[in-house]
Amino acid sequence: MTDLRSAPVPPPRPDDHIRGPEDGPVLIMYADFACPRCALAHERLRDQPVRLVFRHLALKAKHARAVPLACAAEAAAAQGAFWPMYDALFGDPGHLDDPHLWARCERLGLDVERFEADRRSPAVAERVSRDVRDALRAGATATPTLFHEGVLHAGPPDAELIARLGLPATMVRFGFREEANAPADRRAGRKGNTYEQ
Amino acid sequence: MSIVAPGTPVPDFRLVRENGDDFTREDLLGHTTVLVFYPFAFSPVCTDQLQVYEEALDDLKAQGATVYGVSTDAHWSQAAFRKELGVSIEQLSDFEPKGATARKLGVYFEPGGMTNRALVIVGPDGVVAWSHLADSPDDLPGVNLIFDGLAAAAAV
Repeated sequence: MTDLRSAPVPPPRPDDHIRGPEDGPVLIMYADFACPRCALAHERLRDQPVRLVFRHLALKAKHARAVPLACAAEAAAAQGAFWPMYDALFGDPGHLDDPHLWARCERLGLDVERFEADRRSPAVAERVSRDVRDALRAGATATPTLFHEGVLHAGPPDAELIARLGLPATMVRFGFREEANAPADRRAGRKGNTYEQ
Repeated sequence: MSIVAPGTPVPDFRLVRENGDDFTREDLLGHTTVLVFYPFAFSPVCTDQLQVYEEALDDLKAQGATVYGVSTDAHWSQAAFRKELGVSIEQLSDFEPKGATARKLGVYFEPGGMTNRALVIVGPDGVVAWSHLADSPDDLPGVNLIFDGLAAAAAV
């Protein structure tokens, strides 16, 4: 029997994609490369002293490219280029079709033929699926879903999460100031509208 | 009013399918049903919720459970909502009399004039097997709670 019953978010694992200072606050981010709110999360966390653990929350119904892009990032990871591909995907969310992926591979010096084979491999599909199922079991209900010390935060980082991470409130750019003044009970998961303004 | 408790037979009710047909207590009999009550079609939080549930639909089917979304929106709106989301979860309308079924099951949110965010699992015998009412309409229940509910219902 398949099991998606509740389970705590798994702690960082050896095969996770992790970057940032080892002594920084650990933030597990379940996200989707086709999701504007996830791109906003990336923007707010970029270059900040956070120990970021990235996992996939690629929902088929949410974005047609969600799963293909997750698999593409894993295929890049097989060539040691997960984070360069991560930055390249979130850095240019308007170009996410296959030819754009191949162009990124060439820019990053990846073997495109191997990339093509890897992103369609069962192992990559299984890896993406594992992350998604872990997220669902941990109660994820939005993209992105963030976890710090086991506590779920739906949506991009906001003032409350920044405070919990122990980071200065001035660290986040791109509209954070306005959002920091939003009512405290406003749902993080509804902040997609803020991004569009 | 509190949400209908496990062990309670579902009372007679009438909802409307996307094609305009009635959906009644008779439609619950013979299989496990998960009723997902949500406030409004096209609201951002509902969007996330049903798309997340869609991801687990095969696993829910494997457990013999059929999932329906229920709100007070008209069935035309619900059909458009489902298509917009790209989900296959059938929608049931509690439009007229507004929220009548939700009120019977204790999941109507009077202050908002809408269905509250709630989950009700009904067994093949038409008896409520498990139920969950969110702390607030903004509080999304993860799909993990449905699996917890199915496990709890099976253990009884």
